[in-house]
Amino acid sequence: MTLLKTLIATLVLLPALAYASEDGLALDKAPDRSTDVSALQNGAKLFVNYCLNCHSASAMRYNRLRDIGLNEEQIKDNLLFTGEKVGDLMKTTMLPQDAKAWFGAVPPDLSVIARAKASEAGSGPDWIYTYLRSYYKDDSRPTGWNNLVFPNVGMPHVLWELQGIRTAKFADEKDSHDESRSIHKFVGFEQVKPGKMSELEYDNAVADLVGYLQWMGEPAQNTRKRLGVWVLLFLGGFLVLIWRLNASFWKEVK
Amino acid sequence: MTAFHEKQLPADAPITAKALNWVDARFPLTSTWKAHLSEYYAPKNLNFWYAFGALALLVLVIQIVTGIFLVMHYKPDATLAFASVEYIMRDVPWGWLVRYMHSTGASAFFIVVYLHMVRGLLYGSYRKPRELVWLFGVAIFLCLMGEAFMGYLLPWGQMSYWGAQVIVNLFGAIPFIGPDLSLWIRGDYVVSDATLNRFFSFHVIAIPLVLIGLVVAHIIALHEVGSNNPDGIEIKEHTDAHGVPLDGVPFHPYYTVHDIMAVVVFLIVFSAVIFFAPEMGGYFLEYNNFIPADSLKTPLHIAPVWYFTPFYSILRATTSDFMAYLMAGVAGYVALVLLKSRRGVIFKIAALIIGALIVTGMAIFDAKFFGVVLMGVSVMILGGLPWLDHSLVKSIRYRPDWHKYIYIVFAIAFVVLGYLGVKPPGVWGSLRVQEHILLADIAQTVSQICTFIYFGFFLLMPWWSAAGQFKPVPDRVTYHPH
Repeated sequence: MTLLKTLIATLVLLPALAYASEDGLALDKAPDRSTDVSALQNGAKLFVNYCLNCHSASAMRYNRLRDIGLNEEQIKDNLLFTGEKVGDLMKTTMLPQDAKAWFGAVPPDLSVIARAKASEAGSGPDWIYTYLRSYYKDDSRPTGWNNLVFPNVGMPHVLWELQGIRTAKFADEKDSHDESRSIHKFVGFEQVKPGKMSELEYDNAVADLVGYLQWMGEPAQNTRKRLGVWVLLFLGGFLVLIWRLNASFWKEVK
Repeated sequence: MTAFHEKQLPADAPITAKALNWVDARFPLTSTWKAHLSEYYAPKNLNFWYAFGALALLVLVIQIVTGIFLVMHYKPDATLAFASVEYIMRDVPWGWLVRYMHSTGASAFFIVVYLHMVRGLLYGSYRKPRELVWLFGVAIFLCLMGEAFMGYLLPWGQMSYWGAQVIVNLFGAIPFIGPDLSLWIRGDYVVSDATLNRFFSFHVIAIPLVLIGLVVAHIIALHEVGSNNPDGIEIKEHTDAHGVPLDGVPFHPYYTVHDIMAVVVFLIVFSAVIFFAPEMGGYFLEYNNFIPADSLKTPLHIAPVWYFTPFYSILRATTSDFMAYLMAGVAGYVALVLLKSRRGVIFKIAALIIGALIVTGMAIFDAKFFGVVLMGVSVMILGGLPWLDHSLVKSIRYRPDWHKYIYIVFAIAFVVLGYLGVKPPGVWGSLRVQEHILLADIAQTVSQICTFIYFGFFLLMPWWSAAGQFKPVPDRVTYHPH
């Protein structure tokens, strides 16, 4: 029995041990703004202004933004720039072959990006939140930009106006597993040129954008959760009834 | 053949009675209702384990009904499939609910079916006279695996695509015909539109038809011999003057009301997942599957969905280094059969020849091929249970206590195999003799040990299941009134 207990304890602990040894940049936790309508609206504005030029969200219709409190007039006046109709899908006008030539890769569709980027390291929103806050200037790259979360990324820092320009500081450190080798380790950012926003404001804006991306990944998600509460309440009540019905039949069985 | 006879009801009989009488003269409605529900006697001591059969039927219905609605909006076309799923999630009224019910239903199906099988294992439900019930069940399980595998390609995400690619490629490991066979299955040199179309066809019509037929056969066979029970004794051995088992209760209303209660409990759990965690942490809907299929980008880690992983782990455990152990295992098993089996000379000669052929084959052909064979055998071997189990009693309740530990070790091995199957290789690091000298990937070694435990459980069953001190089996079922 002791053997069995040891075995079970080991099995329970092992995944945790494996987890701890995983490499890679730790992701910051993205604030949850998927139910905050004003944050989602701000996120939608940032998305249309900064992301939609190159990326599509081809599963998403503009008029779905009514779900986050915008009316069709507001959508038409503020978010449609190139003659789209309000019922159109969010598609970029950039041609895939141009994108390939300019950035080396076609920018991915962002409809469900917040769902696709989830991993054991964190949720999809965590990944995007950390990614959009990890750009630094790197003159060795064709775009002049690099990223800690996505090294050698093809996308330049589109939000640089807001965040300003930062460089990353690295230090060489001895590899703890192998004294003869050294590793290039990130130690911090340095603000070279201030942006339109302070660091706090920028984090806040990115959080809104990420909140929007999370909402856009599944626009029905808030309806789903609200409805779920009622479904469970109904089933809970029904269970009580059926439990008594069952008991009334089975009390005859001796 | 007797002449047509319609019972004459009085002229003032209720119209419903007349209608029923009219039908009964032409179709066995009342008699079928009686034979399968109101006068089908089930043991009164069935516990919660017996609810999973009814739940499996419920999930089958959920899958068929939601599937019908999904097919109305889904496009089986490589260029449109991914977008059509998102269209269902966004633009089709209640599409998100129908899709989540279907995707969660797939995992729920395997959960209830695995628990249904555990019940069979615990109480010996596959033993005589229920061998055919069990075999139909194994066939249902196989169909379900095919159904789930082909259905998983349809969303056309990265995992759909590469999972199908990996599994279809496995057929390529079969000697001589392999490459042509996998080409024939795919209908193209890679998984493509042709593959998507045929998988769609199999998923929505071919396999469901077979599945429904098998489920009917499973239930008819069950009702022919009657349900087993947690005591593993036959209630038909004690009947009253009318031939009604003394320990039986009519399925309807007693078990219908029981099963409805189980259904509500199930729906609570099912709804909690659908409404609050439809991705189930990446296990029910894998994150990578939200990226459209790309034949040029292979994901770093391709894992099948959780319900296939115990068997997939057995495939991965079969490395070329492992073949020597497998050959030793086969040789040892043949020696055991020759020395210990009470079967006749012909049986032993056959065992010797088959064993020699397997060992020779293992020496000649690729380890990958035997990985595929072991994966297939690990599922098929379930069908052998009625003949492998030589226990004196059916139910675990009256078996020697140490038998329970065998079941626990088997269950742990199965779960560990399942866990390792979702993880990339090397998840538990590696053992080193010295710095930098790799001895073994711990996860791989563990999955190899578990593979031995898995097959040992079944293949050694004729001996261990008959050994030990059995407890006295009661004459009548153990039942405590509610």
